[in-house]
Amino acid sequence: MKLTLKIWRQPDASTAGKMHTYDVDDVSADMSFLEMLDVLNEQLNARGEEPIAFDSDCREGICGMCGLMINGEAHGPVTTTTCQLHMRSFVDGETITIEPWRSDAFPVLKDLVVDRGSFDRIIQAGGYISVNTGSAPEAHSVPVPRDNAVRAFNVATCIGCGACVAACPNGSASLFMGAKITHLGELPQGQPERDSRVTNMVAQHDHEGFGGCTNIGACSAACPKEIPLDVISQLNKDLRTAIKHGH
Amino acid sequence: MTDMPDTTLTNHPSHDVPLEVDTDDAAGYYTPGAPIKDTKAPSGPIADRWQTRKFEAKLVNPANRRKLNVIIVGTGLAGASAAATMGEAGYNVKSFCYQDSPRRAHSIAAQGGINAAKNYKEDGDSAHRLFYDTVKGGDYRSRESNVYRLAEVSVNIIDQCVAQGVPFAREYGGLLDNRSFGGVQVSRTFYARGQTGQQLLIGAYQALERQVAAGTVKTYTRHEMLELIVVDGTARGIITRDMVTGKIDTHLADVVVLASGGYGNVFYLSTNAMGCNVTAAWRAHRKGAYMANPCYTQIHPTCIPVSGAHQSKLTLMSESLRNDGRIWVPKKKADCEKDPRDIAEEDRDYFLERIYPSFGNLVPRDIASRAAKNMCDEGRGVGPEVEGVRRGVYLDFADAIQRLGRDGVEEKYDNLLDMYERITGENPYEQPMRIYPAVHYVMGGLWVDYDLQSTIPGLFVTGEANFSDHGANRLGASALMQGLADGYFVLPHTIRDYLADGPFEKISEDHPAVVEAKKSVTDRIEHFLTVNGTRSVDSYHRELGNIMWEYCGMERTETGLKKAIDLIRGLKDDFYRNVKVLGTADSLNQSLEKAGRVADFFELGELMCIDALNRRESCGGHFRGESQTEDGEALRHDDQFAYVAAWEYAGETPVLHKEELIYTAIEMKQRSYK
Ligand SMILES: Cc1cc2nc3c(=O)[nH]c(=O)nc-3n(C[C@H](O)[C@H](O)[C@H](O)COP(=O)(O)OP(=O)(O)OC[C@H]3O[C@@H](n4cnc5c(N)ncnc54)[C@H](O)[C@@H]3O)c2cc1C
Ligand code: SF4
Ligand code: FES
Repeated sequence: MKLTLKIWRQPDASTAGKMHTYDVDDVSADMSFLEMLDVLNEQLNARGEEPIAFDSDCREGICGMCGLMINGEAHGPVTTTTCQLHMRSFVDGETITIEPWRSDAFPVLKDLVVDRGSFDRIIQAGGYISVNTGSAPEAHSVPVPRDNAVRAFNVATCIGCGACVAACPNGSASLFMGAKITHLGELPQGQPERDSRVTNMVAQHDHEGFGGCTNIGACSAACPKEIPLDVISQLNKDLRTAIKHGH
Repeated sequence: MTDMPDTTLTNHPSHDVPLEVDTDDAAGYYTPGAPIKDTKAPSGPIADRWQTRKFEAKLVNPANRRKLNVIIVGTGLAGASAAATMGEAGYNVKSFCYQDSPRRAHSIAAQGGINAAKNYKEDGDSAHRLFYDTVKGGDYRSRESNVYRLAEVSVNIIDQCVAQGVPFAREYGGLLDNRSFGGVQVSRTFYARGQTGQQLLIGAYQALERQVAAGTVKTYTRHEMLELIVVDGTARGIITRDMVTGKIDTHLADVVVLASGGYGNVFYLSTNAMGCNVTAAWRAHRKGAYMANPCYTQIHPTCIPVSGAHQSKLTLMSESLRNDGRIWVPKKKADCEKDPRDIAEEDRDYFLERIYPSFGNLVPRDIASRAAKNMCDEGRGVGPEVEGVRRGVYLDFADAIQRLGRDGVEEKYDNLLDMYERITGENPYEQPMRIYPAVHYVMGGLWVDYDLQSTIPGLFVTGEANFSDHGANRLGASALMQGLADGYFVLPHTIRDYLADGPFEKISEDHPAVVEAKKSVTDRIEHFLTVNGTRSVDSYHRELGNIMWEYCGMERTETGLKKAIDLIRGLKDDFYRNVKVLGTADSLNQSLEKAGRVADFFELGELMCIDALNRRESCGGHFRGESQTEDGEALRHDDQFAYVAAWEYAGETPVLHKEELIYTAIEMKQRSYK
């Protein structure tokens, strides 16, 4: 198939960017979206234009490195990551608009590449269980009811891609944060630090410039791992409890 | 099966007797060097060696630790676990990765699980049995003292991960669940649905970020190590490029750890991530670290077949699928084009079950891969023809769906089956999946002693980047185990023995060795940006990958390997004269990043072929056409090749040092999974 691509190009963080239009042919339905961009980049390189910078690594939907706004939707029209989106979701002759994640907390570094270091700093603020290597008790000493283990796992599948932020009109990272709060909060091992975890993570979130949550739900709809919206209720509940406890 | 661990002590020859080799296919391609020994493994009963070594390793006073600087390249399981643990101990750690967050290292992609000898199933498992299975699975080409230690510490890993909040699969009673994995007959694999690597890595990443908050670890993301700094024979730091600004920086330290992962991307198409590379390891190799058994490559039997020339990577379907899926091809060539659902049961050849009745679909990876290749070579492959051959076999869940119900299958495998459908557009609940082997893991890597120290003092190597534990073939679920064993439980003990000799002499940034290292990096970048040729980096990488797959893939022969070496040398020369890298040095430049990696892959590819040429035997993932039994099974030659091939860099003619493999706790046997 043949496509017209409108792509955001920006030389670096401090220079203004703008949309450029490219035509690409020889696209097959079996290609992934990023392989389609590889094809375009080969063509650009051949004619002496610098290839378009975009992030990807695993290309199997698990590392969270990729992420593009495709026709205004985070990761495009299918509930998956950009690298797992295939061209069979598009039609011959289509025009596709491709932009980077847009959020104050994710500055653009070049073209379609953004800086998501703010997510790491939210985890630093408390997204862990404090246990030094070697000091762990025997694994079977604390059984975990299966339902809790399953819920913990389901939300622990968050890949930290940032689509939730990109999709949110407020630029909130509440879904990302709620997923971690819920994952650790479901487990007996996560209880001792439950109050401090939520207060510290929320403080860091606000400090990074992410917006507040107004329950729109665009985050969960865009999330490639289908993290449910109820993790945000859990986040709020844990925060209220922590405040009650004087945190 | 009478596959009991064999604990009889065998007599072993002394270290200094050179092994006899009567056919040397690689004569002329290398120079023989002095034999090497691992001098750090204590003697005595195998089960006591690690305790002895830990006790004998010197201690570092807690007050001095803050003043000792540790560089760790890599934030996968092997690197993040080490950085977190060293940080907790109070050392001053700098941690590097090329991704935008430590959490994205390729360990994240591991699906199936992690082994540990917990014996929670009471099915006769023990550290000794895990040790035995790993040595046997590795086709008796690994170092027994390392493997025993790995099995021994495996149980601590599970405790640590559970305490961190890793959500492993559990049974209704709340206890941990296990599954069995290829090549073994006990259930010792812990898992988190099909995302075990992700969950383990997030655990290690969180421990790492906790240390960042505590101020003991500083992370450098989007920083690529491009050179090792060696001063007076010891590793003292690295040169990195900031991948956003292009700034070349010098980082000095008292010790350097490489946990930079595997180099499977030398084949271009593999199940590795796009950025996986050999550069960190190769730069160290060029500075004196020996590279061991580089030709040992694992080709994983269950990957999604190639669909066309645009393909940028291959996707693994976890081997755990082989627990419930059955592998087959049509008996008759004429049926290969048919809809598989229309092929009658009696016209299907469940070839693994037929050839290997006792292990069936669960034979080790090397065996399953080669069997699939043989079926396709015979003309009984399925799926689209690629260059005249159908390269695919069926992996069928129909029986499992009948037995467990669709829900049962979904619960175990749904993310994998979904991924398959997303990539191929075919629904695996309704028709058999198509799979084909793909490059997946490298057993080869930098040579390390029992302490995980390379031949450069002060340079330690952990995880997939070293060669140490898996011999010629790795068993499923053992790489995650090794990465975490190295990082949490082994390196932190052995490295202190080295650091206890500190404080080390301060090095200044204008030391000639530092200046030279930095200059070599800027010169190389300058070269790539000024060639201004006609071909893209990717096109060279793809061509190199084709050569490697064709001649150094599932079957290797003397003529093929010699041809490959010539082809690689020609292509490499052309690359330096004709590559086209646009953009600038001082900005984010992905073509430039790739150019450096591909340049190192050329040199590695050459060495892999020389190593494969030298090893005229078949063992594990290395199958030499000249060395097989009458019925086409791999044939080892223990009398000639029971050694680790450790290569010293010397330009195009490397020097071969042999480390003889001596088994005291296990008897060498020809593997049989029939
Ligand atoms: C698809 C897939 C599935 C797998 N499934 C399993 C499984 O179920 N069970 C199992 O046991 N094993 C499995 N494996 C193997 C296992 O995942 C890997 O061997 C293991 O995770 C490697 O860990 P590592 O820490 O050594 O390296 P990696 O996780 O690859 O980490 C390498 C690190 O080094 C950094 N790095 C590399 N080069 C540089 C450089 N030049 N400069 C700076 N940083 C650099 C990277 O940024 C990264 O942080 C699987 C592998 C794949 C590919
Ligand atoms: S919650 Fe979903 S969208 Fe947000 S970072 Fe995690 S995986 Fe991505
Ligand atoms: S590249 Fe890893 S999730 Fe897309």
